Amino acid sequence: MLITERDRLREDVLAIAELTDCHRASLIPILRKVKEKYRGIDTYAMQLIADVLGIHPVEVYSVATFYSFIQPQTQGRLAFRLCRTLSCELEGKESVAEQLQRDLGIGFGETTPDQVFSLEWANCMGMCDQGPAMLVNETVYTQLTPGKVHDIVEEYKSQQEGHVTKRQAERVL
Amino acid sequence: MSTSIKSSTNELTFASVPAADGLNKALALSRVDIIDAIHESKLKGRGGAGFPTGTKWNLAAAETRTPKYMICNADEGEPGTFKDRVILTEFPDLVFDGMTIGARAIGASLGLLYLRAEYGYLHEHLENVVARRRKTGLLGRDIAGIEGFNYDVLIAMGAGAYVCGEETALIESLEGFRGEPRNRPPFPVVSGFLGRPSVINNVETLAWVACIFSKGVEWFRSYGTGASAGHKLFSISGDCEHPGVYEFPFGITVAKLLKEVGGEDAKAVQVGGASGRCVPRSEFERRLAFEDVPTGGSIVVFGPDRDMRAIAHNILDFFVDESCGQCTPCRLGNPKLLQGVEMLQEGTCSLQYLNDLKGLARTMQVASKCGLGQTSSVAFMSILEHFENEVLGRKPLL
Repeated sequence: MLITERDRLREDVLAIAELTDCHRASLIPILRKVKEKYRGIDTYAMQLIADVLGIHPVEVYSVATFYSFIQPQTQGRLAFRLCRTLSCELEGKESVAEQLQRDLGIGFGETTPDQVFSLEWANCMGMCDQGPAMLVNETVYTQLTPGKVHDIVEEYKSQQEGHVTKRQAERVL
Repeated sequence: MSTSIKSSTNELTFASVPAADGLNKALALSRVDIIDAIHESKLKGRGGAGFPTGTKWNLAAAETRTPKYMICNADEGEPGTFKDRVILTEFPDLVFDGMTIGARAIGASLGLLYLRAEYGYLHEHLENVVARRRKTGLLGRDIAGIEGFNYDVLIAMGAGAYVCGEETALIESLEGFRGEPRNRPPFPVVSGFLGRPSVINNVETLAWVACIFSKGVEWFRSYGTGASAGHKLFSISGDCEHPGVYEFPFGITVAKLLKEVGGEDAKAVQVGGASGRCVPRSEFERRLAFEDVPTGGSIVVFGPDRDMRAIAHNILDFFVDESCGQCTPCRLGNPKLLQGVEMLQEGTCSLQYLNDLKGLARTMQVASKCGLGQTSSVAFMSILEHFENEVLGRKPLL
């Protein structure tokens, strides 16, 4: 990481922590904010957060890895989460999942090399009467079909400049 | 939001109760009278466990240590449940009314609403409601002119963990720790958030509190059964004509409910989400109430062509993913059961091994620390009990 990037991260973490009075109970709000801005929480960020709250960095790691929305590994700017639980499965999430993988060019748990898109499973997101459902960051999409997710992905792609899928990147290299 | 979020499908009582009406009527009473009214209403927790709300409040009110906390559990993670999402979207004022009434009753000075990460799109909406209530004097200092009744609400965001719907795990999460359930006792009413007395109520429970004070204890008690008073919101999904959120009195039979939602040809329904039991067609005359088939309101309908083994597989897959890993029976037991269900599909699970798995499931039910591990095998066991012939006897895969 460049020194200037480190400095920027430090400033951000301190600013976020200051808003939350540096109490241990602020750990999850801080992690959520860091994740939202940087799409990941690296070891340097965890050390910074630990210093600010006066706890061991391992504690920060253990909390970050526990919750699915603040996982440390870097995700794309657009995080696709497809519900895999009971009602959405009955409604046919499987074909939607296939189409998503094809359109994004990545599998579940993966991120595109340009770090724009990532794809993962989510457990029940409370849209059971309108499944299959997915979240893209905080936007919810319901009653999905393969055709519908194709259009959604195309729409997001058209908003991104110069996005390449993993498969396209492999072909070029 | 990109798609409209459709809401209820039959008329909900909540739509007929004006905001702040129940709160104003409750605040005219003494603290003891508020708790007595909830006691008399026989209101039980709507999250699924069914603990009497009046008893919970009474225990917290009896504690002398301060500050106390009034917490709303909006971590609605049970598969097949979405009623709280509808309540928070359409009737948030009733929930905050209920929280404020509870705060008055137990003497809490701060409220926290723990909203699950998957409902992040509701965060701003709820913050706006809280801001409006602060402006109109429904939150803040000396509420309703009662000197010394200071109460404010903060919205706390979850970060994606099913187990945090368990109340002690929820507290751990609020305090900034991994959402691992605590040993009980001490119960949260004695030692909860930051070691202080805390009451944790489900979203729907709190909305009913507001309705009870608005429409009266007698009105509420006149519906339902002896042990399960009042109406209940049901989240209905799966193979039926009209999925959605419905309100029915407690005690409705499964068959009647299915008729209302257009799912008469169902071969089974999953009652109470992934941790609930699978009720086969032969038991459709049973009643949905705490004393018969208890439920947090989730009903997933399975049509005649559904493969019950695949359903057991999906449910166990969910629990393997969501077990917090703290205690051994749950952490190791769920993957073993899942493996067994996969072996059933492959035709490699002997009856002897299946019996061993049943024994393991019973061990998990008694030896797990929290409700997750104690109930994760309920669906598996009831599917084996009622659909053994369908699940067994599959041809080995080549």
